[in-house]
Amino acid sequence: MTITEKILAHHAGKDSVVPGELIMAKLDVVLANDITAPLGIEEFRKAGAKKVFDKDKIVLVADHFTPNKDIKSAEQVKYMRDFAREQEITHFYDVGQMGIEHALLPEQGLVLPGDTILGADSHTCTYGAVGAFSTGSGSTDFASAMITGEAWFKVPESLKFVFNGKLNKWVGGKDLILYIIGDIGVDGALYRAMEFAGSAISSLSIDGRLTMCNMAIEAGGKSGIVPPDDITLKYVKPRAKREFKIYASDTDTKYCDIREYDASKIEPQVAFPFKPENTKGISEVGNVTIDQSVIGSCTNGRMEDLRIAAGILKGKKVHPYVRLIVLPGTQTIYLQALREGLIEIFVESGGVVSTPTCGPCLGGHMGILANGERSISTTNRNFRGRMGHIDSEVYLSGPAIAAASAVLGRIASPEEI
Amino acid sequence: MKLTGKAWKFGDDVNTDEIIPARYLNVSDAFELAAHCMEDIDPDFMKKISKGDIIVADKNFGCGSSREHAPLAIKTAGISCVIAKSFARIFYRNSINIGLPILECAEAASKISEGDQIEIDLSSGIIINLTKKETYKAQPFPEFMQKIISAGGLMNYVTSR
Repeated sequence: MTITEKILAHHAGKDSVVPGELIMAKLDVVLANDITAPLGIEEFRKAGAKKVFDKDKIVLVADHFTPNKDIKSAEQVKYMRDFAREQEITHFYDVGQMGIEHALLPEQGLVLPGDTILGADSHTCTYGAVGAFSTGSGSTDFASAMITGEAWFKVPESLKFVFNGKLNKWVGGKDLILYIIGDIGVDGALYRAMEFAGSAISSLSIDGRLTMCNMAIEAGGKSGIVPPDDITLKYVKPRAKREFKIYASDTDTKYCDIREYDASKIEPQVAFPFKPENTKGISEVGNVTIDQSVIGSCTNGRMEDLRIAAGILKGKKVHPYVRLIVLPGTQTIYLQALREGLIEIFVESGGVVSTPTCGPCLGGHMGILANGERSISTTNRNFRGRMGHIDSEVYLSGPAIAAASAVLGRIASPEEI
Repeated sequence: MKLTGKAWKFGDDVNTDEIIPARYLNVSDAFELAAHCMEDIDPDFMKKISKGDIIVADKNFGCGSSREHAPLAIKTAGISCVIAKSFARIFYRNSINIGLPILECAEAASKISEGDQIEIDLSSGIIINLTKKETYKAQPFPEFMQKIISAGGLMNYVTSR
């Protein structure tokens, strides 16, 4: 069995499962945010439910339109907050404690190796980076899971991606996942579990792995996963407040496809509008001027990302025609960046630093684009109108390209600075 | 359950931001959401459609975010069914959960033209193109899924049981 099949079998109380099998699985974590929770809570009420199955296993994060961007958003968050207080939800994160959910949960040790996690947010697939089965759902599945602590799944086929060789300078998890999506397309992993392996993955940091698994959904994947190793254990052990279990794929197990890549041939990637599959290597980008650079989000708002960006921006000035917006993923990351002097570097370069929020990524607030404007962004989607006006454009990249582009006023490599 | 309506055609990879842009997600009210259904792909969509009409699209319909607001907006807009070559998985699951009929049928998706009058029998998966006088066959839903859809969604179905 693959690691994904083993985790699902365990949570379904079975010795083994096969792809295509329908199972009912017990959930370790059930998650929603300020956009998806309100619909789910309504469904919870409609079903006549009185109590959630386990107040310690539900996580509610007010991260999308917070700090409340308008009155309607404030009402939505209040609805979720009132529910969290009524149900005495242990892990409710409000402004002041909250971070972007997929940066926050791993950091707080709420998601652990071997877990099965359902989240009403498509990027819930992020937690595969710590060796969990984790997938996105809608609000009704979330409501049902809050009541029963279970969800049905069709066991996915697994697709394996092997990166051999050493990563080039300025290449990170974002570039690898964009490269995959460019290769297989936005539905290339539809319904499937994406398993990442190979020497380049073994040497990739947890932050880089979280970035890769985060974007499994952008290839249509049900989940992404990196089988746990020493790097995983070093990250989760000091954070875990409960037992966890390490699984590995059997060496003779079957995958529906195995794709191998030579990491040393991959340069920093940029995804052009309006699909994450429209990727090009940085050397092929040409002259694309920008109005804004966004560094943050559940994809690239972690310490490693901020350190890379600050390393490039130190002693430099943001181009006069560019707005640089930096969004640390959590309060802990914000504080750490402050202590390391990174915030000072961003501000001195002419950028702004925001409190954690999903904000501009989904065109919510904190950096909306006008008609005809263009942004380089470390976020995960470049759909038409994603960051604002229907005729604005988003180009996706890792933090190195986003920082260098902010300085040069066009999409560029740090090598040019 | 039989459905009839006019076909509205869309291409590949229609995403949930096009179905219901995030700027409208500061409310959960289905009617407020429906007012902006498909707005970023066809600003006049809501003015053009009539109750019972059918969306016909190519591959990977509903990709992107997990927002259940997307199928909810389509259903509340009055669309009776979505036919596509394939669906993104979260959208597929959400549609069944909220009681929006959806069918995977590559033949129907490529042969139906915009404006064709379509009749669908959900229990058999038979799609009849009344305009072109053609019949296509989609895999029908298993009985329990048909019951979820006719109950108006998973929660109604579970509660009624």
